[in-house]
Amino acid sequence: MAGKDIERGKEADGFEHEFESGLAVISQDKISDPGLEPHRVRMTDKSPKHARNAERQVAFLFVLSVVGSFFALWAYVAFPITEDLSTVRANNLWLGLGMTLSLLGIGIGAVHWAKTLMPDFEVSEPRHQTRGSEDVRAAAVEIVKLADQESGFSRRKLIRRTMYGALALFPLPALVVFGDLGPVVGDTLRHTMWKKGTRLTADPTGIPIKASDVTIGSAFHVIPEGLAEMHEHKLEEKAKAAVLLVRLNQDDLKEDEDKKSWSYEGIVAYSKICTHVGCPVALYEDITHNLLCPCHQSTFDVSEHCKVVFGPAARPLPQLPITVDAEGYLIAQSDFLEPVGPSFWER
Amino acid sequence: MSLRRKINGSRRSPLAAIFVIAAGLLFSGGGFAVATNVVESNVATSYTADQIAEGKKLFLSNCASCHGLQGEGLDSNPKLIGVGALAVDFQVGSGRMPGQASGPQLAKKPVQFTDEQIELMAAYVESLGPGGAAIPEAKYLEATGDVTHGGELFRINCAMCHNAVGAGGALTEGKYAPALTGVSAKHVYGAMATGPQNMPKFDDTYLTPTDKQDIISYLAYIDANQSAGGYALASLGPVAEGLFIWIFGLGGIIAITVWLAAKSN
Repeated sequence: MAGKDIERGKEADGFEHEFESGLAVISQDKISDPGLEPHRVRMTDKSPKHARNAERQVAFLFVLSVVGSFFALWAYVAFPITEDLSTVRANNLWLGLGMTLSLLGIGIGAVHWAKTLMPDFEVSEPRHQTRGSEDVRAAAVEIVKLADQESGFSRRKLIRRTMYGALALFPLPALVVFGDLGPVVGDTLRHTMWKKGTRLTADPTGIPIKASDVTIGSAFHVIPEGLAEMHEHKLEEKAKAAVLLVRLNQDDLKEDEDKKSWSYEGIVAYSKICTHVGCPVALYEDITHNLLCPCHQSTFDVSEHCKVVFGPAARPLPQLPITVDAEGYLIAQSDFLEPVGPSFWER
Repeated sequence: MSLRRKINGSRRSPLAAIFVIAAGLLFSGGGFAVATNVVESNVATSYTADQIAEGKKLFLSNCASCHGLQGEGLDSNPKLIGVGALAVDFQVGSGRMPGQASGPQLAKKPVQFTDEQIELMAAYVESLGPGGAAIPEAKYLEATGDVTHGGELFRINCAMCHNAVGAGGALTEGKYAPALTGVSAKHVYGAMATGPQNMPKFDDTYLTPTDKQDIISYLAYIDANQSAGGYALASLGPVAEGLFIWIFGLGGIIAITVWLAAKSN
């Protein structure tokens, strides 16, 4: 930018502007008050015939509203909601259309009335001053002074200071009580129902699963033993403990050395809770061994410890180490060795 | 009958009569099963050598170029040994096989064979090896099961891919879970039991034949009953619904606002 191109000038608005010639759009004046638009005379003002038409239109809209109200009443009786859930559809549809007509008729009619027939001359109304007049301000100061004098607020120091103390301390009990509202999170985010020896059972029946019953290429949706019979906190526990079990050809599994014992003859179990934001990941593709999360398309590779192959998830799905008990039922070797679900502050 | 009574009465021993009656019943019963194509029980043992031989001819001329002369699988094409009769019934009966072109997924298309030919091919593939799922008994295909239980099982096992009302949905890299509306009970059962293409299979120990029947009943129920909540917009969920309300709902509100602020002529 060449210095000589810069010009300086004092503009009409009193501010100094710096601009490069050829680029700046220079406003010569402040934006001036355009004033009111010229009044445009409406057809309904000019011709009595148009006014009469408009009147009829408004009346028609109001009559339409009346029709809508009666129609809604009729529809409510004519399409009753019975035991059959599908009757809700007709009832809601026709009742709703009637009420729509009834309300829109009034609304559109009123607006049409105001726009076509009520006076439409433009009016400007200046705002009120925010500042009070000198008299009012002086009177207010007088009142405060008088109140101070009569109550002795400035004079009686003891009362004033104890009052400040009382006001400062009264929210304290409430703050302490609010702090204890709700359950303490504790380590609930780090542990699930799975323990050493917990049997893997089918969702929702809770029937234990035999390893020999799981064929290659099959998928089982699994809950821990005992969850199906729970009454309290069942969903909270299920939301953490839900597991997807699949059996792969053992040749297809690419396992880390230290995690080889976590699977059983090609049967692997993974947490169903996505490590991104906790959706249930259960869209399993049997040939590609991809496990897809429906919410944000995070894709995990079941054949390789559920490592992330696509999408926003940052960590693989936690694997549940499994084995079989003496009767051949699948059991957990332990809880998940890391917290399930999305990342949180301390992990 | 009169012929049998005569035979029974005069020239043959009673044992021979029983044999003849038994043979007659077997033949007529078997013929009935073939003619009506209703299979009453596990058909794995009921295919005749003739059926298997006929099936082999069809297999060699229609399937072997991809799946190998003995169904052993070629290149990336799956081997068919041990897949069972039901897999053939599903794949060929839904038109997915014979495949037309390779791609992310083989789609449904008009069926290429008659029911009879499909049964013959199923007989041959069934004879290749044990382990596959058999054609289910007809009673498990009737939509008379527990719809509530079927709905729960569907939401746990199927809905994540096939949508809560079976409208289908997208999977990775061009694959998709097809819509289940209008799919025959036998094919729904076949898909669950055999796990075609990328679908995992659901073993009978996990989803029993009765459970599968409940799921079939649930699908039949939602097929027959329209959505109670109004127009379903193809049941595709929040994306379709959001698009609709953003365009038409918000558009309507903007139109009303413009009209409210416009001056009357």
